[in-house]
Amino acid sequence: MFSDQPPLSPNALRGQIRGQDGRRPGRMLVIGAGVAGLAVAHALAARGVDVTVAEISDGIFDSASWFAGGMLAPWCERESAEEEVVTLGKAAADWWDRAVPAEVQRRGTLVLARPRDASELARFASRTSNHEAVDEAAIAALEPDLAGTFRKGLYFSGEAHIDPRRVLAGLQSRLAAQGVTFRFATDGRTVQGYDHVIDCTGFGDSKPGLRGVRGEMLILHAPDVSITRPVRLLHPRFPLYVVPRDDHHFMIGATMIETTDSRPVTVRSAMEFLNAAYGLHPAFGEASIVEMGVGIRPSYPDNLPRVTCAGNTISINGLYRHGFLLAPAMAEKAAALLFKDVET
Amino acid sequence: MLTLYGKDLASRLLLGTSQYPSPATMSEAIRQSGASVVTVSLRREMSGGRTGGDFWGLIQSLALDVLPNTAGCHSVKEAVTTAQMAREVFGTNWIKLEVIGEHDTLQPDVFGLVEAARILSEDGFAVFPYTTTDLVVAERLLEAGCRVLMPWCAPIGSAMGPVDLFALRAIRGHFPETPLIIDAGLGRPSHAAQVMEMGFDAVLLNTAVAKAGDPVGMARAFGKAVEAGREAFVSGMLEPRDMAAPSTPVIGQAVFT
Repeated sequence: MFSDQPPLSPNALRGQIRGQDGRRPGRMLVIGAGVAGLAVAHALAARGVDVTVAEISDGIFDSASWFAGGMLAPWCERESAEEEVVTLGKAAADWWDRAVPAEVQRRGTLVLARPRDASELARFASRTSNHEAVDEAAIAALEPDLAGTFRKGLYFSGEAHIDPRRVLAGLQSRLAAQGVTFRFATDGRTVQGYDHVIDCTGFGDSKPGLRGVRGEMLILHAPDVSITRPVRLLHPRFPLYVVPRDDHHFMIGATMIETTDSRPVTVRSAMEFLNAAYGLHPAFGEASIVEMGVGIRPSYPDNLPRVTCAGNTISINGLYRHGFLLAPAMAEKAAALLFKDVET
Repeated sequence: MLTLYGKDLASRLLLGTSQYPSPATMSEAIRQSGASVVTVSLRREMSGGRTGGDFWGLIQSLALDVLPNTAGCHSVKEAVTTAQMAREVFGTNWIKLEVIGEHDTLQPDVFGLVEAARILSEDGFAVFPYTTTDLVVAERLLEAGCRVLMPWCAPIGSAMGPVDLFALRAIRGHFPETPLIIDAGLGRPSHAAQVMEMGFDAVLLNTAVAKAGDPVGMARAFGKAVEAGREAFVSGMLEPRDMAAPSTPVIGQAVFT
C-alpha cells in the first residue's frame, strides 16, 4: 500500500500528515468533482497526499461549475458582494495559472452601459475600486468590435477570465497524471476506508443554512463577433455579461433566481439574454445558440463560502456565483485545516 | 395605527425583498427598518423547486406579514393566475396587484388593472393595486372592490421621488378615507418623509434600500424618515408665509443692541 503512494513533497514531509495508524500518510476522499472538489484535490495532491475523488455523475460535466462564467473578477463582484470576496479572490488568477498553466487570460473586464443607463455606471463605479473610466476611443482600442456603440465605460485591468470547462478538464487530467484516483458514478458517502473526507457536493437537501440560487446561461457561436475579454452590460432590469470562449464562442449569463428548480432555461430568461446580447452587438443576431444550461449555485445566507468541520469530514460549500474566484482560497483553507488537524 | 383590510400594522413602511446583495443583508435591513410587511415576488423566486432552508424559509423566519405581488405580469390572465398561486404558496389572501403595461417605464396597464382587481376581489382577495395617480382609475379600483390604493410617485426603481406634487395632493384630497400607500419611485429618505408629511398612509419601497451602498443603514434611515413624516403630518405643520415672524417677541426691547 505505502509503496503505491506518490512521493511526498517537501511541504507534506514538514506537515507529516498521517493516517489513523500514525505511520502512512492519511488517505483523503474528496466527494464531488466540481470546482471546489478539484481545487481541494489539487491543494492536497500538491502536498503529496493520497487523494481519491468520488463523483456521483459519469464525468465532470454535472456540477454548477460546468455552467459557470469563469470570470476572475473580484473587483467587479464587489458591486454586490462583501469585501471578503475581493480579499479572498484577488489571488485566484495566479492560483489557476499555477494549477492549470496557459489557461488564464489576463485581459481585464469591460463594464458598459447605454447612455440612458449612465446612472448605473456611476453607481457601479462608486461601489467598486481598481477601475479606470474609459471613453469611446478607449473602448474602441480595447474592443474594436464595440467601437461606436458605447460612449462610457469602466475598465478593470487587473481582472482575468478562464474557460471553466477547459480548466476543469485540464485540472482533472493533471491530477490523474499526479496519481489522483477518480471514481465516477460513485456516491462518495458510501465509500469507506479513508482517514479524511472533504465534502464538496454543493447544493443538496438537508444541508443547514444552504439554499440554491438558479443560474441560467447560454453559449452562442457568433463568427462575426470578436470580443476578447469579459464584458458586463449594465441595465436596471436586464444586466448581462458576455465571456469569450474559443473560436468566437461566447458564454452569456447569468440569471440569479431564488429557487432550486433546475428545469431547462425559461423563455423569459432566454429572451432577455438574447435581447441584451443583440443590443451589445448586432452581429449576435446572426449567432447560433449552441447551448442553454442551468446550474444551481449552493449559497449561504450571506452569499459567502464556508469551510466547516464535523468529525473527520471537512466541507467546502456556498461558493454561490464565485466558484472559480473563491475555490482556490477555500481549497487552501481546507488543506491547511487538514494538515493542522493531523499534526495535533 | 395603520389598518389595512382589517389588520392593524405597527409600521407604515412596507419593504420589498428583491435585489439585495444577500439574504442575510436583506433580513437585517428588514429588521432594522422596522417594517411590518414585506412584499415577495412569486413569479420568479420560488416557482417550483424545494423549500426549507431556502429563500422562502428566510422570509418566513422574519415572522412578518407577507404581501405577495404579481410583479412582471403583463396581462390580466397572468396576474390572476399568479395571484391564485401566491394564495396557495403563501397562505394569504393579500395580493399586491401589478399589471404592467409598458416595458420601459413599468407603467401599470390601468384597464387590465381594474379588470384583474374586480376578478380577484370577487374571488375573496384583499387587493393592493399598484396604480398611477389618476383619480378616475382610483375610483374604478374602489368600485372593483379595492379598499387600499397604491399610487406610484414615479416609475418603479427610478429613485426620482414625488415628481408630480399636484397629482399626489389631488389623490390624497379625493380619497381622504382610503388608505393610500405610495408604491414605487422613492429614492431617498427625504422623499419618504415628504409624502408622509402630505398625509399618505404608508410607503412601499425596495430598490432604494436594496441597491444602496449599505442597505441596512439605508433601511434604518427610511424607517426614521417614515416615522418623522407621519408624526409631522399628525402634529400639523406650519404653512409657509411670506413675512418673517420672530420666534421671540421683540416689543419692548431695544431694536439695536
